Amino acid sequence: MVADEDKVFKALADASRRQLLDRLYAKGGLTLGELCEAHDMSRQAVTKHLVLLEAANLVVTVKRGREKLHYLNAVPINEIYMRWIGKFERQRVQALFNLKQALKENDHEQA
Amino acid sequence: MSKPDLVYTTYIRTTPAKLWDAIINPEFTRQYWGSENVSDWKPGSKWAHVADDEQRTVRIVGRVLESVPPKRLVLSWADPDDENDLSRVTFEIETVDDLVRLNVIHGDFKPDSDMANKVSGGWPRVLSSLKSLLETNRPLWEGSACGKKPAAKADTAMAVAA
Repeated sequence: MVADEDKVFKALADASRRQLLDRLYAKGGLTLGELCEAHDMSRQAVTKHLVLLEAANLVVTVKRGREKLHYLNAVPINEIYMRWIGKFERQRVQALFNLKQALKENDHEQA
Repeated sequence: MSKPDLVYTTYIRTTPAKLWDAIINPEFTRQYWGSENVSDWKPGSKWAHVADDEQRTVRIVGRVLESVPPKRLVLSWADPDDENDLSRVTFEIETVDDLVRLNVIHGDFKPDSDMANKVSGGWPRVLSSLKSLLETNRPLWEGSACGKKPAAKADTAMAVAA
């Protein structure tokens, strides 16, 4: 249950698991059933991915009655971000990210 | 549940007593949060999240709803400009193996509240900075460890985060 960085990177190194995190980012507090509905994966596959995400502390769960609700826990991702992006770089990195987003949107508009 | 709660967890190499102190001690909170948590921390008392500036700007206000040191602290949480927009923050501290787990649950938002959006980016930053401070004596926040004021922009981000 103790999260470490290797677990975080391994958990993130899979498109299906990143999709599950995207889904929980958009809406927290989903049950296993709700997570399965949105994905083209079997219940067993989703369960397996969730076990890895929980072990990496990227997903945390809360019990509400008989239901288990899943939440994205962004704390380990923030630790990775803070480790390599220094305080003075943050604004520049953000500026480049904004530029990339703006150019992408521009592309979509022209297409 | 009117709106889904926000739930955050971090595992910290520390003791429950030190972690409890890090949440309620203004000296500590200033270092990793950028503002001071101020209260006598008795159930029913007021608490406030106060900026470390000359104006002592109050950023968040509320009441201590439950206080069981060093295990569980429940606070009500509101912007001082809109105290009706109340929500609730629960800190749960538990020893797991040789680490201490901190759960932060922010919920019970009012149906039309924007508070969840305001704090959802901030909590991961506050909690990873808290972990860093307790484990390495260095917060992840800019400046405050060496006594400098955070840059104006970062300060605003923290106010939103808080």
